[in-house]
Amino acid sequence: MGLQSLTLHINGEKRVVNVRFADTLLYALRGNLGLTGAKPGCLNGDCGACTVNVDGWPMKSCLMLAVEAVGKEVTTVEGVKGEPIQHAFVENFAFQCGYCTPGFIMNCRSLIQHHPDADDAKVKEWLESNICRCTGYAEIQQAVKSVINKE
Amino acid sequence: MLKVVGKSVIRKEAYDKVSGRAKYTNDYQSTGMLSGKIVISPYGHAKIVNIDTSRAWKVPGVRAILAGKHYPLTGEAIRDRPPIAVGKVRYHGEPVALVVADTPTQAKTAADLIHVQYELLPVVNSPTQAFQRDAPLVHEHLGEYEKEEDSHPVPGTNIATHIKIRKGNMEQGWAESETVVEASISFSPSDHAAMETRCSTAEITPDGKIIIMTSSQAPFMVKRLISMYFDEDMGKIIVHTPLVGGAYGGKASVHLEVLAYLASKEVGGRPVKVWNTREEDMITSPCHIGLDATVKLGAGRDGKLKAAFIQYLWDGGAYSDKAIDVTRSGAVDCTGPYRIDNVWCDSYCMYTNHPFAAPFRGFSHSELSFAIERTMDLLAQKLNMDPLELRYINAIRPGDTTPTRVKLNSSNLGDLPSCIEKVRELIKWDEGQIQEINERLVRVKGVSCSWKTSTIDTDAPSGAILTFNRDGSINLMSGVVEIGTGTKTILAQILAERLKMDVDKIHVRMEVDTQTTPEHWKTVASRGTYMGGRAVLEAADDVIRQLKEVASCALRAPVEDFEVADSRVFLRDDPSIGLHFKEVGYGYKYPNGNTIGGQIIGRGNFVLRHLTHLDPETGAGKPGPEWTPAAYAVEIEFDRRDCTYRILKACSVVDAGKVMNEKAALGQVMGAMSMGLAFAGRETFYFDELGRVLNTQLRTYRPLRYGENPDYLVGFVERPALDSPYGARGLGEHGLMGMPGALGNALSIAAGVPLNNLPLIPELIWKARRGTHHASL
Repeated sequence: MGLQSLTLHINGEKRVVNVRFADTLLYALRGNLGLTGAKPGCLNGDCGACTVNVDGWPMKSCLMLAVEAVGKEVTTVEGVKGEPIQHAFVENFAFQCGYCTPGFIMNCRSLIQHHPDADDAKVKEWLESNICRCTGYAEIQQAVKSVINKE
Repeated sequence: MLKVVGKSVIRKEAYDKVSGRAKYTNDYQSTGMLSGKIVISPYGHAKIVNIDTSRAWKVPGVRAILAGKHYPLTGEAIRDRPPIAVGKVRYHGEPVALVVADTPTQAKTAADLIHVQYELLPVVNSPTQAFQRDAPLVHEHLGEYEKEEDSHPVPGTNIATHIKIRKGNMEQGWAESETVVEASISFSPSDHAAMETRCSTAEITPDGKIIIMTSSQAPFMVKRLISMYFDEDMGKIIVHTPLVGGAYGGKASVHLEVLAYLASKEVGGRPVKVWNTREEDMITSPCHIGLDATVKLGAGRDGKLKAAFIQYLWDGGAYSDKAIDVTRSGAVDCTGPYRIDNVWCDSYCMYTNHPFAAPFRGFSHSELSFAIERTMDLLAQKLNMDPLELRYINAIRPGDTTPTRVKLNSSNLGDLPSCIEKVRELIKWDEGQIQEINERLVRVKGVSCSWKTSTIDTDAPSGAILTFNRDGSINLMSGVVEIGTGTKTILAQILAERLKMDVDKIHVRMEVDTQTTPEHWKTVASRGTYMGGRAVLEAADDVIRQLKEVASCALRAPVEDFEVADSRVFLRDDPSIGLHFKEVGYGYKYPNGNTIGGQIIGRGNFVLRHLTHLDPETGAGKPGPEWTPAAYAVEIEFDRRDCTYRILKACSVVDAGKVMNEKAALGQVMGAMSMGLAFAGRETFYFDELGRVLNTQLRTYRPLRYGENPDYLVGFVERPALDSPYGARGLGEHGLMGMPGALGNALSIAAGVPLNNLPLIPELIWKARRGTHHASL
């Protein structure tokens, strides 16, 4: 099968990966780079568990080919170190099983960067793209708001 | 005064989960691991005429194709399920072939090239249809299967088991009943939809060790069943379970593990991974059970319940597996949390051509509760009584007996009347049930109650091992799987409380492996804290005894004079004389080098006492240790014009016995409520006439999303269960159980028509209002 060698910018590093043209970014991150923080949940954009940031925007990595990420800055949850939203999720018990958490954190992080004073409607517009099956969302709401209100 | 128990201790794996370091089964990948891909049946019921694998074999990288071969039958209560279908398929999604290839892409390519020729058979599309005399048979040879003693299949029918409850005197019960109501309730199977789809890997080493990793609530059951099904030595089977990405009962069944094992065997023991896509996870792996129920309740003039006739037809799907136990559990608590002296219940597990059922959070109670609670509201209407008051006066209390005739007391039963009173306050019941907003909109409150015990195996064990580190900190190993409930953190709290030490100095091993972790039967039934906690308490006492023994020798004082606290063992009357854990945890070393003791290893185990099987004729017996009751309310705003509605508030009050970790407990209850509202309001499988599930994606099968949740009102009552650690009762399932009933009751009043089917989508309400008889979707 034809493999293509690409250089991707991931978490501030240049990484060389050998992928098929058809491989998604999610597949390359997990299978080629061992970055398993982005989770497969549906592979068609329904659940948001694989959300990463691409040039600062939230992107479902199952909906993007690895080759499309060339020349873009990709940040995965592994590249997010000790940011307020992570502490807020911990302190507010905003996860249980934790499977959807990396996706939520990457989405929230981008939301806060783009809309540091987001109101409830804006938060809902952004976060309704991700599914959490364990919590009832109240804790996630508290976590996000705690960071928005601080900034 | 408790110092650690009850506090909102941060879960031990919290930072791993926000940094992407938390690993789940599918995150483990080794070089050389092959990929398995399942080919599924596209029909509900069909004869397999031919399977052509010739084109698939030509795909590069294909190492094995498993199809058309007879393997030992699998299934927990009745061994009725071929791991890969032979001869015919019985449900949409059933595996008919399994391809093993070097990469997932190759496996998928090959799987798509397998051509299966089917001949359609008549479909059994509901448990009610399955119950008819002339229904097609899902299993023609039901009488020939191996089964457990307490499964009662009826050969020549679609009945996989029949559980009877015969309590009191029905004639007398009906004679005393001035008011009688009867209702038929029905809903189709649905799904757990855990965000992590199921995944299993298997490898067989040259010396015969079978190494499995799986996203499971029951790694120890995997070990037992693989051993039993395939006659393998149990000690050679090692099952690893890392963190699990949501389970809700769905991962208590043993399913993909069998396929991974067979696949590995077929390729000479090389490691193989089988991972479900979302679509497969919803229908190929077991789903959430459906139910057709008939409930008839009789009450005296004062509203006191006198008699109940209940028939449950559970939609076990194509294979009975855990549905048999769900059916039994549904019989055990069939009446809901009410005192009824005369009860007749038939609970049938029916075979249908639907995906087979796993346990689902509540284990039959979420489902039966909808049937009972809808009927209770009909009774309240007929009696012209306040529905909350009707529940209050009939609430089960100490001194009453359960349907299986267990005598209840204030320890084995929580305090339902107090739960009801608290709901009354939280939902502001006394401000009125109905509030007219305008011509279109009306706000209505609905209420419900539930209870649950845990019908687990009478010999189900739980164990704990504690080991000391040289710095005096302690490692805690328990077979409880971390499925998201935070139970392993609560076990650390229990240990810290008993040893009076800092919980941060307790290190919890998150992964379970069946070779080195003591068994916890299964992480199900809200039993982790009770059973795992008792084992930890015993292990803690074992540690305390050893600490005192070493200290007694080292400090030349009687064992009885020592206390343990703050990571020290010291003399009660002079705490300055003592030793830190780091001086005794690995034995005590005298100045000249002599050493006594050694690494302290604590052990504890626990098994529930006095549980019995049920009498096959009457159901009498003790199925579980204690009953957690709960009361609920939901407030909705209903639009009379288009039958849409918003859920404004949802309220649950649970008798937790003791809240062990406040924020974690709130999270469990709110999360369960969210799942219950989704089950009640929108989630179902839509079947066509061929038994095909039409909505196997998260865009057509929609759990609640952010912002669709109501305001949660959660309260706790704490009447301790005396034998449980610090009095804690089961908690993880209860927030869910009453949501369908409360939502159904609110909407029935708002729409002015009884709504006895789920899910309660506007279309169903609209149909019911138009007078379509038995509106269903």
